[in-house]
Amino acid sequence: MTLWIQRLVARLAPAIAAAALIVAPAASQAAGGGYPLDGFPHSKLFDQGALQNGAKTFVNYCLNCHGAALMRYNRLTDIGLTEQQIKENLLFTGTKVGDPMRIAMTSSEAKEWFGALPPDLSVIARARASHDGSGADWLYTYLRSYYRDATRATGWNNAVFQNVGMPHVFWELQGARGATIEEIRAVKDDKGATTGYVKTVVTYDNQGVRSEATEKVDASAHLHEGSVMRLGPAVGGTMTQAQYDETVADLVAFMTYMADPSARTRTRLGVWVLLFLFVFTLLAWWLNREYWKDVK
Amino acid sequence: MAAASPKKPIHGVMQWVDERFPLTATWKAHLSEYYAPKNFNIWYFFGSLAMLVLVIQIVTGIFLTMHYKPDAQHAFASVEYIMRDVPWGWLVRYMHSTGASAFFVVVYLHMFRALIYGSYRKPRELVWIFGCLIFLVLMAEAFFGYLLPWGQMSYWGAQVIVNLFSAIPFIGPELSVWIRGDYVVGDATLNRFFAFHVIAIPLVLLGLVAAHIVALHEVGSNNPDGVEIKKLKDAQGRPLDGIPFHPYYTVHDILGVSVFLIAFSAVVFFAPEMGGYFLEFNNFIPADPLKTPPHIAPVWYFTPYYSILRAITEEFLRWGLIPFLLVYLAVVWLSRTRPLSKIVATAAVVALAVGFLVLDAKFWGVVAMGASVLIFFALPWIDNSPVKSIRYRPTWHKYLYALFVVVFIVLGYFGVQAPSPIGERISQACTLLYFAFFLFMPWWSAMGDPKPVPERVTFAPH
Repeated sequence: MTLWIQRLVARLAPAIAAAALIVAPAASQAAGGGYPLDGFPHSKLFDQGALQNGAKTFVNYCLNCHGAALMRYNRLTDIGLTEQQIKENLLFTGTKVGDPMRIAMTSSEAKEWFGALPPDLSVIARARASHDGSGADWLYTYLRSYYRDATRATGWNNAVFQNVGMPHVFWELQGARGATIEEIRAVKDDKGATTGYVKTVVTYDNQGVRSEATEKVDASAHLHEGSVMRLGPAVGGTMTQAQYDETVADLVAFMTYMADPSARTRTRLGVWVLLFLFVFTLLAWWLNREYWKDVK
Repeated sequence: MAAASPKKPIHGVMQWVDERFPLTATWKAHLSEYYAPKNFNIWYFFGSLAMLVLVIQIVTGIFLTMHYKPDAQHAFASVEYIMRDVPWGWLVRYMHSTGASAFFVVVYLHMFRALIYGSYRKPRELVWIFGCLIFLVLMAEAFFGYLLPWGQMSYWGAQVIVNLFSAIPFIGPELSVWIRGDYVVGDATLNRFFAFHVIAIPLVLLGLVAAHIVALHEVGSNNPDGVEIKKLKDAQGRPLDGIPFHPYYTVHDILGVSVFLIAFSAVVFFAPEMGGYFLEFNNFIPADPLKTPPHIAPVWYFTPYYSILRAITEEFLRWGLIPFLLVYLAVVWLSRTRPLSKIVATAAVVALAVGFLVLDAKFWGVVAMGASVLIFFALPWIDNSPVKSIRYRPTWHKYLYALFVVVFIVLGYFGVQAPSPIGERISQACTLLYFAFFLFMPWWSAMGDPKPVPERVTFAPH
């Protein structure tokens, strides 16, 4: 009798959960001149393989400079790993499986080496959300938007996070790419009328060498003011762009899970709670109707 | 010695208790023989729902207190500890964070109900006053509680609000240091806000809720028709249009509770952040006294008042509020007000106008924000309509109430947004409309022809 309900819920739960996780900060384009955010592929959040792969990438690439001190290693059993697997594949020497994901670097060392403490990443996927997109959208776009810029101390810059302190940690995977920034400014006369435009194109090549070209455009072109950034194709990486996107998506899925580990339990349980409340409401409605029959 | 007292037979536990404590009498007075009008509509659910949310907040709050650490070093991590390591901690925490917003939703709707049906009018002035005090205390409770997660928005929100006190002339700067217990919001501030949030304010809140209900049950509930059901009674002295609260309104409220819980659970389980409005994104970054966020906005329920605060600029004081007060004064002088009132009003307007030119606009922003909340207290004495309920008011009164709602929502909207020149102008216009609604109420509420009020409530049996 209850079997069909269970089946129904089992079938509906991922869909409802997915809808709920996507709900408010739906992937939208950044307003006001920000670099537009790409939509993070949400189905990854429900893919254990992707989450496990993301965990591996996180531990190998991020967990050297960034901590995730609010997250314990053995919590990763949530995403289908056994404690044995966690111990063998993800733990550094001397760490216990119940320990939080801390790093050895102290904050004073970090300040000396990087100028600032790399932020703890436990809840970064929630902190980076905005009305332009979810935190996952932001991270997914950010980690895929590095370009070479020789004017920066690290040799890298980022389209989403200008003048970011972190170098491109995945450069061996993605390779290097350049960028073009096209800026259009209107030239106005004393009365405020547009007499023409100045178009400035700044180019960074694959080595990060900056070059700039300026041209004047006639007023009849009716251009919009503002700047647009375009990233060049990445070359020299061990992965294709598609493979790299996939790797980053897995990583971001893991970071999204880590920011709110109870999210999947929560949405699964929520379906049952709502089903109960619908039934309860029916009973309450019926009880109310029966009593109120007396009221003339 | 026991033999000296005459022995009365005791019929069960209830009698034993009733001889020592008015249990049955209380049950009757407040539930089984408390006669409520039978024509309550959907607006009448929100009082009992506010009670439910209060209980949710207290119970979840107790469990959160068991694991939360009011310490600047540990507060942020302890909240995440509750979310991750405490069994069911995430549920308790999300219920509490959603409950805070739900509280304001139901309280705003509850207050709006009182507004449209004239529930604040004689003889219910004290019910309304206690209610307004509850609203004030609730705002304090929410404000103190919002610092506790110790995220960026918690920290800078508290910084901004406490700094408002520094706008008070002469004593302001020392006062704000005294409130914080430090020169910036710090560990001392967190500890005292925790004390206020978990003990001081809830005690006051519970006392006021009790007073609100006792006062209500003394005078009896109003209803959507605004007629007094106690005027017409049957042979036993029961109001003809009254029904016992229990069982009729208890079963009714259970239905309301279950519908409310569906909405509440939908948020708790599927969208606890509510798109950044219930839990702000920035608050997932630990408080950093050295990094001011580019845009600091209070949580949604404070934003209408925050908009009014931001709308007060030096320019607006001179070219917006002074002309507004002069118009008000002209209306006072042209009306049939007592001469003494006219003189008092003139003195008040002159004093305000001088104050606008002399003192800082920031100070007047704080005053306007305070006034926008406190003005609710005046309602019982500024509403001169011959009828209570909006049902029998002239139709154009309904448009004024609708306009007030729109103004409130628009103010709320611009309070969430980053400051902009257009937003500022619209907020200023809405600020004037907001105050005009109340300040001119003594006149507009008496204007127009009310519709005939029936002897008995309108009710169609189910």
